[in-house]
Amino acid sequence: MLANIKIVYHQGKQFIPDVTKAKVPGIFSGRPVISSEKVNETALVDLCPLDAISAGPVRIDLGKCTFCGECARQFPEKITFTTDYKIATNERDRLIIKAGDDKPVEVNPEKVRDEIHRVFGRSLKLRQVCAGGDNSCEMELNAANNVQFDMSRFGIDFVASPRHADGIVITGPITVNMAEALQICYDAIPDPKIIVLVGTDAISGGIHAGSTALDRSFLAKYPVDLYIPGNPAHPLSIINGLLDLTRKLKSPK
Amino acid sequence: MNYIAIENNQTIPVVAIPEVSYNEFFVLNTELLANSPERHCVTYFGYPVGNEIKLVCCIADDSAHKIFVSSSRVKPSASLDSFTAVNFCFEKFEREIHENFGIGYKDHPWLKPVRYSQSRADHSKTLANYPFFAIESDELHEVGVGPIHAGVIEPGHFRFICNGEQILHLEIQLGYQHRGIEKQFIEKKKLLQRATLAESIAGDTVVGHTVAFSQVWESLCGIGVSHDIGYARTIALELERMAVHTGDLSAICTDVAYQLGSSVYGRLRTPLINFMQEWGGNRLSKGLIRPGRNQFPFTHELANRLVQVFDAFEPDFLEMNRQLKQLPSALSRFERTGVVSYDDVLSIGTVGMAARMSGLSRDIRMSHPYTLYAGLNHEPVIKHHGDVYSRVQIRMQEVSQSIYYLREIVKNVPEIPENTPSIGSPKPNAFALSLVEGWRGEICHCAVTDDKGELIIYKVKDPSFHNWLALALAVRNNEISDFPVCNKSFNLSYAGHDL
Repeated sequence: MLANIKIVYHQGKQFIPDVTKAKVPGIFSGRPVISSEKVNETALVDLCPLDAISAGPVRIDLGKCTFCGECARQFPEKITFTTDYKIATNERDRLIIKAGDDKPVEVNPEKVRDEIHRVFGRSLKLRQVCAGGDNSCEMELNAANNVQFDMSRFGIDFVASPRHADGIVITGPITVNMAEALQICYDAIPDPKIIVLVGTDAISGGIHAGSTALDRSFLAKYPVDLYIPGNPAHPLSIINGLLDLTRKLKSPK
Repeated sequence: MNYIAIENNQTIPVVAIPEVSYNEFFVLNTELLANSPERHCVTYFGYPVGNEIKLVCCIADDSAHKIFVSSSRVKPSASLDSFTAVNFCFEKFEREIHENFGIGYKDHPWLKPVRYSQSRADHSKTLANYPFFAIESDELHEVGVGPIHAGVIEPGHFRFICNGEQILHLEIQLGYQHRGIEKQFIEKKKLLQRATLAESIAGDTVVGHTVAFSQVWESLCGIGVSHDIGYARTIALELERMAVHTGDLSAICTDVAYQLGSSVYGRLRTPLINFMQEWGGNRLSKGLIRPGRNQFPFTHELANRLVQVFDAFEPDFLEMNRQLKQLPSALSRFERTGVVSYDDVLSIGTVGMAARMSGLSRDIRMSHPYTLYAGLNHEPVIKHHGDVYSRVQIRMQEVSQSIYYLREIVKNVPEIPENTPSIGSPKPNAFALSLVEGWRGEICHCAVTDDKGELIIYKVKDPSFHNWLALALAVRNNEISDFPVCNKSFNLSYAGHDL
């Protein structure tokens, strides 16, 4: 008993008091900023292994980006990655960062369905489905609930049964072999329900985009409520994205 | 000689691999493994050459530090004698060859699908009609779990045949994660795309797979890499091992409902992966390792930071280990649970931790060293009981071993050379093979180029490819409630298996 108390004491305070303002250590690659510098745009576009960069003016699609930082390394005067981890949004277009943009990627509360605030604003239970994910986003989703990030303090939890869930969190590019299981799981969740895509693979197929082993037709059928980019998505991106979606208030009319 | 002996990370002309008749190929490879625990099959695959399939088999010899490569050409319509009938360690390799090309095996004991790739030979075989083993009895019942599991983990289907609470047999059906990685290696032409593919094979073994890919590529291109590159890779490999082992100890504690262990090990993983982020900008080391260059040099400042991280980590980790090892309620769940015997792991050819848990010494860091490992005189951590507790102890001791190695290594931070040689392009008609000891065990990447130096086949083998069968054997005669802790104690990769 005493030994256990000693162990608890030795851990000190681990939890992050305010996950909306926490700083990430080191050289985290978060939201990029593109300057108006003139560079060889063809070379820049060609450089990206994911075709996430397009020219005229230069844009980076965070839904395709793996945050490998190669563009910032080769064209440091053009592209820099900030440590801003708040990059989740409910609008796919917002993930495309244009030259000169230096504003946060945010959830647009005007586009959030009414029932999301009303029903899920204080409690959100999610069923996660890995559909070809490589286990990196899955590990970060688990980390979001460890003693440091402690997402369940906000009433947001992962549950085992889709019957208990308020929504589905999809990771991975959605393989042909997982497409049916994903559909069955989604159908088993009672209405109203949300769809959250976590990680580059889920949002665009990532490096696997175009592979014949994928079947992304599920995403054509239903509106997506939240995109959380990253490769993998950082736990702080995940928590802040979910909080913004369910709690950010609409501007008074 | 009907085979060629090569070293780890060596490139040879494809024509240097002796091509023999299938009969000779069969006798050669099955006899190489007969009564030789120091030898095992690292990869065995086929690829189309004209109308025929060229089979390439690579047997590693851990005491000679060589890999014996041989080949044979057969017709896709052939019906062959199965290696598996002689030695079970070939079972999955032959199933894969059968699935991809339709080659028949007369006496394979279970020629079932492996991963249902889109280019499989027989599309009438689907996930829905997998031929599970069944036992007819009024007293037995079956339990089907998955592909979607209770937690936030990858998909796979487990089918248990149980007598009451007791598991008689477990069959594991995989393939849900199949993304066509090997095909994409051929289709995607940019080196950065291929490196990105390598790091998405298994997100928990990013460093292991990117190091294997980098070594294959550098070998194919015929460039040597400077000391600082091997130095950084060694540190990254050991940190990845530490982080995953620590996280797995947390998950194992969760599965025996030991909350303190679960929380403490879980939080101890964070400083390790946060260090990876300080170093390379990503908690799981994505983007850290690239062929032929050192884009995130390991500096003196990082070395000092790492020592600080270890100084804070080590006392808490060891204290938690001591507590767990004397906790009767945990030990009663760990000891004699999920046992796989030495004879069984040898027979099915497991690698890495799933071999070392039962007294079978298999560790590429010692037997086929690369980067800095030759200088470390690495001695693998070996346990003998083959139970959950052996796997727990291996994790604890390997973490301590990694700290010991890294504390030594970071005393000598190398200078970064000013000029990095350009990587060039792969040699034509070449065969290259790289073995890396990831935290799970041996990773094997293998490439063959055509006469223009383009890839024609890229084979990836994650250690899970061998080790899933060990999990199925481990749970036999255990209570089904012990399945989660058995599963977590192996922590095998679905994505790495399904590719």
